[in-house]
Amino acid sequence: MTDSKYFTTTKKGEIFELKNELNSDKKEKKKEAVKKVIASMTVGKDVSALFPDVVNCMQTDNLELKKLVYLYLMNYAKSQPDMAIMAVNTFVKDCEDTNPLIRALAVRTMGCIRVDKITEYLCEPLRKCLKDEDPYVRKTAAVCVAKLHDINAQLVEDQGFLDQLRELLSDSNPMVVANAVAALSEISDTSPSPAAQMEMNQQTINKLLAALNECTEWGQIFILDALSNYVPKDDREAQSICERVTPRLAHSNAGVVLSAVKVLMKGMEYVGMESEFVTTLQKKLAPPLVTLLSSEPEVQYVALRNINLIVQKRPDILKHEMKVFFVKYNDPIYVKLEKLDIMIRLATQENIAQVLAELKEYATEVDVDFVRKSVRAIGRCAIKVEQAAERCVSTLLDLIQTKVNYVVQEAIVVIKDIFRKYPNKYESIISTLCENLESLDEPDARASMIWIVGEYAERIDNADELLESFLEGFHDESTQVQLQLLTAIVKLFLKKPTETQELVQQVLSLATQDSDNPDLRDRGYIYWRLLSTDPAAAKEVVLAEKPLISSETDRLEPTLLDELICYIASLASVYHKPPSAFVEGQALVVRKTQLPVRSASGEPGATGATESPVPQQAQPVQQQQSVIPSHDTAMGDLLGDLLSMDLNPPQQQMSMTPAPQQDMGGMDLLGGGLDSLLGGPSPVAGMPASQASMGGGLGDILGLGISSTTYVPPKQVWLPAPKAKGLEVSGTFSIRQNVRYMDLTLKNNAMAPMGDFAIQFNKNSFGLSPASALQVPSPLSPGQTADVTLPLGTNGPVQKMDPLMNLQVAMKNNIDVFYFSCLIPIHLLFTEDGQMGSASDRKVFLATWKDIPDSNEVQKEIANPNQLDPKGISDKLQQSFIFTIAQRNVDGRDMLYQSLKLTNGIWVLAELKIQPRSPTMTLSLKTRALDVIPQVQQAYELIIANM
Amino acid sequence: MIGGLFIYNHKGEVLISRVYRDDIGRNAVDAFRVNVIHARQQVRSPVTNIARTSFFHIKRSNIWLACVTKQNVNAGLVFEFLNKMVEVMQSYFGKISEDNIKNNFVLIYELLDEILDFGYPQNADTSILKTFITQTGIKAQVTKEEQSQITSQVTGQISWRREGIKYRRNELFLDVLENVNLLMSPQGQVLSAHVAGRIVMKSYLSGMPECKFGINDKLVLDKSGRSDDPSKVSATGKASIAIDDCTFHQCVRLSKFETEHSISFIPPDGEYELMRYRTTKDISLPFRVIPLVREVGRTKMEVKVVIKSNFKPSLLAQKIEVRIPTPLNTSGVQVICMKGKAKYKASENAIVWKLKRMGGMKESQISAEIELLPSDKKKWSRPPISMNFEVPFAPSGLKVRYLKVFEPKLNYSDHDVIKWVRYIGRSGLYETRC
Repeated sequence: MTDSKYFTTTKKGEIFELKNELNSDKKEKKKEAVKKVIASMTVGKDVSALFPDVVNCMQTDNLELKKLVYLYLMNYAKSQPDMAIMAVNTFVKDCEDTNPLIRALAVRTMGCIRVDKITEYLCEPLRKCLKDEDPYVRKTAAVCVAKLHDINAQLVEDQGFLDQLRELLSDSNPMVVANAVAALSEISDTSPSPAAQMEMNQQTINKLLAALNECTEWGQIFILDALSNYVPKDDREAQSICERVTPRLAHSNAGVVLSAVKVLMKGMEYVGMESEFVTTLQKKLAPPLVTLLSSEPEVQYVALRNINLIVQKRPDILKHEMKVFFVKYNDPIYVKLEKLDIMIRLATQENIAQVLAELKEYATEVDVDFVRKSVRAIGRCAIKVEQAAERCVSTLLDLIQTKVNYVVQEAIVVIKDIFRKYPNKYESIISTLCENLESLDEPDARASMIWIVGEYAERIDNADELLESFLEGFHDESTQVQLQLLTAIVKLFLKKPTETQELVQQVLSLATQDSDNPDLRDRGYIYWRLLSTDPAAAKEVVLAEKPLISSETDRLEPTLLDELICYIASLASVYHKPPSAFVEGQALVVRKTQLPVRSASGEPGATGATESPVPQQAQPVQQQQSVIPSHDTAMGDLLGDLLSMDLNPPQQQMSMTPAPQQDMGGMDLLGGGLDSLLGGPSPVAGMPASQASMGGGLGDILGLGISSTTYVPPKQVWLPAPKAKGLEVSGTFSIRQNVRYMDLTLKNNAMAPMGDFAIQFNKNSFGLSPASALQVPSPLSPGQTADVTLPLGTNGPVQKMDPLMNLQVAMKNNIDVFYFSCLIPIHLLFTEDGQMGSASDRKVFLATWKDIPDSNEVQKEIANPNQLDPKGISDKLQQSFIFTIAQRNVDGRDMLYQSLKLTNGIWVLAELKIQPRSPTMTLSLKTRALDVIPQVQQAYELIIANM
Repeated sequence: MIGGLFIYNHKGEVLISRVYRDDIGRNAVDAFRVNVIHARQQVRSPVTNIARTSFFHIKRSNIWLACVTKQNVNAGLVFEFLNKMVEVMQSYFGKISEDNIKNNFVLIYELLDEILDFGYPQNADTSILKTFITQTGIKAQVTKEEQSQITSQVTGQISWRREGIKYRRNELFLDVLENVNLLMSPQGQVLSAHVAGRIVMKSYLSGMPECKFGINDKLVLDKSGRSDDPSKVSATGKASIAIDDCTFHQCVRLSKFETEHSISFIPPDGEYELMRYRTTKDISLPFRVIPLVREVGRTKMEVKVVIKSNFKPSLLAQKIEVRIPTPLNTSGVQVICMKGKAKYKASENAIVWKLKRMGGMKESQISAEIELLPSDKKKWSRPPISMNFEVPFAPSGLKVRYLKVFEPKLNYSDHDVIKWVRYIGRSGLYETRC
């Protein structure tokens, strides 16, 4: 029986034919037809039209056919949600089947059908399956919770599935435990809600460690990955976890080994630095890491990328294992390149001879990238191991003799670095280098060569000729080479002023007059001015002694390295990038991926001087920055003033000219900038008081009695007129009767009427979005102002912004689309149900307060300028939805315990300590989402100061 | 976790596509084809990131297998899973080829449904999978006992063995298979050498037997304090060997190995790999290759290679093959060898010298004259001379000391089990630079 025939049919009318076959009475024919459908689906044909016919085949006792139909359903249910409902009954029935395989199949498939209507029906069967007597069903149901969470997180939390999942952590079957761990980890990774976080305590850790010994290889990986996120209480606990994980290093699955390595690398950070335990553990880590190199090349690659990190973090582990990283002739190229990297990291005085012999061998291979990297590696060895420098240099010279173009160029680039590291030592080889001048065609190599000529101009007899030859094609060179050439010739001039005056003139004029590259021009001017005003100073600047370059180049930055160590085995460790760099939507979730603070004895000289390809750039550039810009701006301002004077002489045109607006805009811009720096409205000239009292007054007059008159910051100019072709937008946010508004003032400063206004928000941290369209009286004639209110919803798309409260807005009118951004005052997001528990029932508050770790508490002194009493403060804050739960008096100080809730469900608890007759109070905030704390602090200060 | 799995043929046509997560769209299938399979330059990493989507791929005989994800997944797990997937498919329908995959696509979908749930790998042990995923389609009328037996095996603590196995004759075969790897400088200096060994066991044992396995590992012997028995030292030449590292099949109790250094397990039924190990010390290299290459002018080269066998004269090495690379601009080769057959293979750019067998402590040589076309291309990179062979001993010196079988519930004892042990040493990468 061959199935490949199903791939071949492409006739017309095929769908119709299939339809007939699907509705056939014969079971065999039905099955054949479904197979054909699946084959078409695989190759990307649209067979969704057959949905009802395929679903009809679902009611069968043939398991194979059933599975095929389910496969089809998973693919197309989304496009036909209404039809998918037809399948629900069968699913529910199957979940009750006597055969556990069928029960599991039903619940597994149901979770994959991502249709809202179906998920409703899924809850009951899922609840049952989570408690099924058969472990196979339970382990399938555990994963299903994660599926459901992906579709509807709220539902999972509301239905208590998370608790059921947590219970499964104590299941008697290790595979159920493993899948529950996997599901919980994923949920806590993706959900910002505190309820979904995976609480790990000693008890759960013990359960996991017990299950570790018994579950499948994959389950072991899930458990180890979860364990690596746990922060041990003390070094004894860390040690015992390490001890129980160590046996995993002998597992044949590389994934298990790597995950175990991750747990151990993290664990070691919690055990003291110098302890004997760490030393023995390090010894145990080496053999399994080496063994990974005999697995499949793809696994080797993952292992090597991780070893690269491990070697940087703990160089001792593999220091004796240099040989295993020697490249094999038929290793795939990606393995070769990674091995090379590690070889250099492991190179020391003891093994350098061997390493060099290898590298020289590699430099004669065929793959260009690999050869280049090998040559570069020789250079890095020279810089790293001083005793070997001489041998490295002679090896490089040998390679230059081969005259293989790219080898020569790469060698010259690294020799330049060797000169930088060991000045006045190997200059004798310069003549050999100069012989190859002609063959250099890559910018890097040319720039390096020019640098060498300039730097050692006094020892090269024909330096001027050499540099002159480069000068001929000056404009065709890349910027890098041009800059080098300029500097080199200036150096030459300073060293041999008599013969080279003409040359320097030529290059300066080329750089300053004929070039449109600002960097080049600026550097040219600087040199010119230096040379013409004070040649002695020029000498000091240009020929200054250069700092030596550091020996450890291209190491990862220590903080990044620490972060990546926490991600060993994962993609992040393969890319050497934090997950936020390649995973979407991870922003709001703060993971516990910090290593503990290291003791000072950590890494010697991890960061050093950077190895710049243009080493002497540093000094002149700094000077440039301090002199030229100020000059330039002064000039610019002056010019600007003159120009505007000239342009707007007639008085009567003033109202029309852009000048005054520009001034205004400038001022507002500055004001706006300042405001946003301060993170809230600055009290400008008594405005806030009057406005606020107005708002309050209105509320009183209307007699609504709803204490929803929250503090409204004064309007700011968000979009100055010059930036928006005459449209000026200023605005603020407010809450009235539990509805959030954006209050806008639009002013038409242009000469033509405006219309067709529309507004749109970018994704923002709290999902703020316009709840209705923007209603602007249209047209807005020139000079006219319109006040507009825009009701806001909080269910828009969410994306964490930086700064957190930033809101990017696009406003459109008949002229153009304009963009501006403003800061949302956080109290706009406080909700009216922010009272935790009630005044009489303080237990909830108390329990929550205790539940949040102390590390999440932030204290700050805030001002109480009017020296309000607790009652006043409490009332005031309540108007802005900060609710007082309890009040106490301790040692003459009043303590207010308060709670507030943000629209996205984040709770913030506060303790306010008020000293009578003191202008300050102490505010302690506790929340699980630490990001919002600075904003809440500001909100407190603003509300108390301004109402 | 894994968001989807695709299988392509060498042309980049999709044979299997299974998507587990919503964030992976149909366009991911094409993205991989365009950017990896059809890429102008050969892709230089098994992990590729295209538009924030990561692709892990392996290639097995013209077939591409790719896993897709948008999350920060465990990369080690993904590749191990892909390899496991290949293994499972092979055990179901043999060679991984386009035809075989097309012929079994329904089965593959069924397997994928079982072993990868929402992107999380589940039990993928073939012996268990075969009990309920069959090519003929499972009979729906299995008894209730059978059903629960299946599920308890899939999820059970001993997921690799089913209960109730019975054999008339209890028998087991142990193969110690070693690959000896060598990189030698032209001067005969060992640059790197290691043995990658595997112990493959074929067990035909009844019930749920408890096994204990012993080898002459230094660590184990030291622990049990038996290494100071002088009689043993003289008997085997060297009493114990130093194993650098070893890994075990999931049936071995790792925690017991860690604490007591004893290898104990309940074996799967049939053939499986019990253990892998690696040694680097005191390897007895079965052959030594002595190359001599002389370039005579620009158009001629002389090559002479001597091989010396270095083991007991009573033993015989088999399937010996020496591969001497020749430059790309070779125009003709003349070979002279006393033993075996040698041929110049232009398509492989090498002289291949084959010897059926060779005794221990012998020597043999080949010499060749290579004529070259004059060419101004860059120098030839001189790939190393490689060698293949098979010898009937373990180059690492590993010896099986015992394998004891206990089955308390059935009435057979350790003595009733027939045990066979065999040692085979093969060449891994056995190279000498010239």
